[in-house]
Amino acid sequence: MALLQISEPGQAPDPHQRRIAVGIDLGTTHSLVAAVRNGVAECLPDAQGRVILPSVVRYLAGGGRQIGQEALENQTSDPGNTIASVKRLMGRGLADVAHANRMPYALLDAPGMVKVRTIAGEKSPVEVSAEILATLRYRAEDTFNDDLYGAVITVPAYFDDAQRQATKDAAQLAGLNVLRLINEPTAAAIAYGLDNASEGIYAIYDLGGGTFDISILRLTQGVFEVIATGGDSALGGDDYDRALADWMLAEAGLSAETPEDQARLMAGARAAKEALSMEEIVTAEIELSSGSLDLSLNRDQFEACTAALTARTMSAVRKVLRDARLTVDEVQGVVMVGGSTRMPVIRRTVGEFFGSEPLINLNPDEVVALGAAIQANQLAGNNPAGDLLLLDVIPLSLGIETMGGLVERIVPRNQTIPTAMAQDFTTYKDGQTALALHVVQGERDLVADCRSLARFELRGIPPMAAGAARIRVTFTVDADGLLNVSAREQISGVEAQIDVKPSYGLGDEQIAKMLQDSFATAQEDMRARALVEARVDADRMVLATQSALDADGDLLSPQERSTIDGLMAALVAARTLEDAAPIEAATDALAKGTEAFAAMRMNRGIRQALAGKNIETV
Amino acid sequence: MSLQSNDFELFGLAQQFAQDRAAIDARWKDLQRQAHPDKFSAQGTAAQRVAMQWSVRINEAYQRLKDPLKRAAYLCELHGTPVNAENNTTMPTAFLMQQMEWREALDDASSAAELDEIDAQVLSARREALQKCAHLLDVAKDYPQAVQQVRALMFIERFAHDIEARLDRMDTADKRQ
Repeated sequence: MALLQISEPGQAPDPHQRRIAVGIDLGTTHSLVAAVRNGVAECLPDAQGRVILPSVVRYLAGGGRQIGQEALENQTSDPGNTIASVKRLMGRGLADVAHANRMPYALLDAPGMVKVRTIAGEKSPVEVSAEILATLRYRAEDTFNDDLYGAVITVPAYFDDAQRQATKDAAQLAGLNVLRLINEPTAAAIAYGLDNASEGIYAIYDLGGGTFDISILRLTQGVFEVIATGGDSALGGDDYDRALADWMLAEAGLSAETPEDQARLMAGARAAKEALSMEEIVTAEIELSSGSLDLSLNRDQFEACTAALTARTMSAVRKVLRDARLTVDEVQGVVMVGGSTRMPVIRRTVGEFFGSEPLINLNPDEVVALGAAIQANQLAGNNPAGDLLLLDVIPLSLGIETMGGLVERIVPRNQTIPTAMAQDFTTYKDGQTALALHVVQGERDLVADCRSLARFELRGIPPMAAGAARIRVTFTVDADGLLNVSAREQISGVEAQIDVKPSYGLGDEQIAKMLQDSFATAQEDMRARALVEARVDADRMVLATQSALDADGDLLSPQERSTIDGLMAALVAARTLEDAAPIEAATDALAKGTEAFAAMRMNRGIRQALAGKNIETV
Repeated sequence: MSLQSNDFELFGLAQQFAQDRAAIDARWKDLQRQAHPDKFSAQGTAAQRVAMQWSVRINEAYQRLKDPLKRAAYLCELHGTPVNAENNTTMPTAFLMQQMEWREALDDASSAAELDEIDAQVLSARREALQKCAHLLDVAKDYPQAVQQVRALMFIERFAHDIEARLDRMDTADKRQ
């Protein structure tokens, strides 16, 4: 392979510098991995030539597991150990999971996130998702016969912080270096926009297996600016299957009594739904323990029994337009994403609302993974000439609980990320020395109606009269859409800080333990892997520093220059050691030692961006 | 130019209320092209930390500059007369009377058409207040008076939010029928 690698214009000239970066669409019903090869994004097939991996994991007695097609085929025979639609469980407690009683496997309430009871033990949705991600990672590594540099993983735009964090944890558990989490509709827009060289305002209607997103984007010269996003992270094709299944049962006067019945019924409903996208009338035959279900149904009947679901998506569409302060006429086109947009009723309803034929010229199953691959290629630095820029937003407001169970909003929804916003709070009792902070996400005014993300305490406030302390709470949302909260009493300088993780995500120790349990087996492997990773990081750092020095070395005084040169030489020397720890330490030292230089470079970059454009100089 | 520069300096714009929204948008994108963390993802942690700081700062400035109300409040603050909305809520009686009339109309409204009508009134009041702001800030340079207008605009803005919330609720109710 490497012998034939020829570089494309605008790509890294040295094949050894080309990094393999992939985009992964981790979907409710199926998942895909894509990469940019020879300048074109394409989905990677498995050994059998299939690009779609069903998002299904079956656990076997004795620790084995089946993933994808094989697991899917055993879903009806072994429903209790075959986990499908695990995305619906990510970052969710038992009380949050809709239709938990309708799932053919047993859910357990666990702190933060549900678990599934299987023959191989209790599994967290994060572990199940990691199995799917690891399968795609191996597929990519086999394709390129090389290690992956990193991956961009897509999440529904409407995913909250807990769901995003769970996804990132799963990727980490699967041994992936997450370059970025990006939103599915935004990824679709990249694939779409770059293909069609579109400019203007577009709506992305993304109805997947278990989630619905609607995003409004403005496309200008390679900048993908999300103006507003909305949706429902628990509404998708699965719900259409369920509504149809209910209708069929009622029509036939039967009931689904066992987990096998449930699994067969859902599979039958899904098959009928898919057939109805092609045919006007179909027959469904499903064997249940209470009798045989055998009936014919037509498209009108299907559309009637699922009308409430379609209406829910359209109400989200209207809301997002109001958020964007746009009218339907200002939207240039609407792009359809997700397998569920194959339903004629969806295309018709969306088309009528926007007054234009929806755009469907890219495969709705693949478009998200393709867009993620394009972004991954750019983030890996393989396309230095590329001027693709994503300016995404947070989907749901973030706030703090105040007196009386009310929410004080700190970051409003649809704020462009990364962002940092602060608000001042005070004590309400004389001599109060601690303040409990409860971080929530959602649009409702009552804490009880929002999602609880984390609780933490700021302690050691010096005793003062009520209302005298000034506690500044700062919310920082990074480019992955993940939240970090810090609090600081302004007079005394007492600080507290939290990455919003503990209540829903996994701790680093838990991740390490899971890694030991399921993936890396021998201690030796772990050490070898740590060493490889430390060297890769070191190389990356040296390369980045060298190119920064080549470009902007003139900003440094001779003394500053020699300090950086020294740190770089130290890292190059440390790299040859057979131990990860000193390499990591030298990498950190170089990172710290170049921080001031990075700041100077940024100042120069910003100045250059403004140069020549200032008609009215300040 | 530094993280401490004010929003106008950072965006290379004249420090005044009158601005061209398209120019602000274009400048925002130019700056993010330079500073966004995605541009530094392959360049080590130091560069990424700096990029994050700048990108956050640019977004903060953009939020303030693009919104006329926030821009006006910011200009007042830069000229040493902060708005202090929480501590100072005294407003002229006539203005408060009108607010009450609007509130009553909103409570009585039962259709989207009625809401739209109130919305139209609010929009025109907003336009008028913004024009006054522009004059006070850019021509008369009377900042204490401008602060008064900014406060009025804050009332109007809050009311517009309430109308929107009503529309949202109406839409949700429709869908349940």
